[in-house]
Amino acid sequence: MHSSVITFPGSNCDRDVDVALKKFGFKNKMVWHDDVELPKSDLVVLPGGFSYGDYLRCGSMASKSKIMKSVLNFAQGGGKVMGICNGFQILVESGLLPGVLLRNKYLEFICKNVFVKVNNKDNSYFKDDKKDIYEFHIAHNEGNYFCSNEQIKEINDNNQIALFYSDENGNINEQSNPNGSLQNIAGVFNKQKNVLGMMPHPERMIDPALSGEDGSIFFENLINNLK
Amino acid sequence: MKISVVITLKKDVLDPQGKVIHQTLDGMGFEDINEVRQGKYFEIDTKENDKKKAEAKVDEMCKKLLTNLVIEDFKIIGSQ
Repeated sequence: MHSSVITFPGSNCDRDVDVALKKFGFKNKMVWHDDVELPKSDLVVLPGGFSYGDYLRCGSMASKSKIMKSVLNFAQGGGKVMGICNGFQILVESGLLPGVLLRNKYLEFICKNVFVKVNNKDNSYFKDDKKDIYEFHIAHNEGNYFCSNEQIKEINDNNQIALFYSDENGNINEQSNPNGSLQNIAGVFNKQKNVLGMMPHPERMIDPALSGEDGSIFFENLINNLK
Repeated sequence: MKISVVITLKKDVLDPQGKVIHQTLDGMGFEDINEVRQGKYFEIDTKENDKKKAEAKVDEMCKKLLTNLVIEDFKIIGSQ
């Protein structure tokens, strides 16, 4: 399985994702934002960080960078594209995913472990998943998912919500919503479910010496699903 | 020609920064405020000297990059 991780100026989780993808068997290539063509890929990852210093709106500049034309074509042809944190912000700004990520409700940068509940397993990312509830890490200032009334209706009608913030038992409520996200949304798909954006960082949970191993389960399952 | 654009959050979008500014002003004694909404202001100096053409270009810039129309509205407030 071949993967590509795009590095934008200001990305800072690109090497973490590279380590995670390689650990679970992907042959990964790093791709610079100014490149025009994507290498042969089964999966493209837009990593976390602060692309372009979060100027204007998070992800807005990166979504117009040269490589994004190829990423858009790849996604529109059914290619798997996953955006984590700032990568999620880039995907909504590019129009590949609906909605937008606003400043956290209480204006705080949040850096902690949270639980997320998988909502839809009928896709390459979570198919045959052994887990329903993951413990992942979040670290963001703008993770407050928001969209229009028409968009949220469409998202629910098409079962596009990937992950909800929940408690460890899977209860989705206000107490388990860290940032004010609409309906506790932590991750969404596009209509075809080949593009996934999520605020949590599975790549930070791939080693017991770090903060946990739920990310290992996610990546192992992902590569098996893509084979 | 210089085009001025103001970008504001749509009415139904929560503006936590505006809220905090409101509370702070209130605490300073400015007690008659109904609401504060924070926005952005751009001055775009373009080589185009035809007002209509320049505004049309800025309109396109706003739609393609400067605003996110899911949450924001924009208004060209001046051309000189």
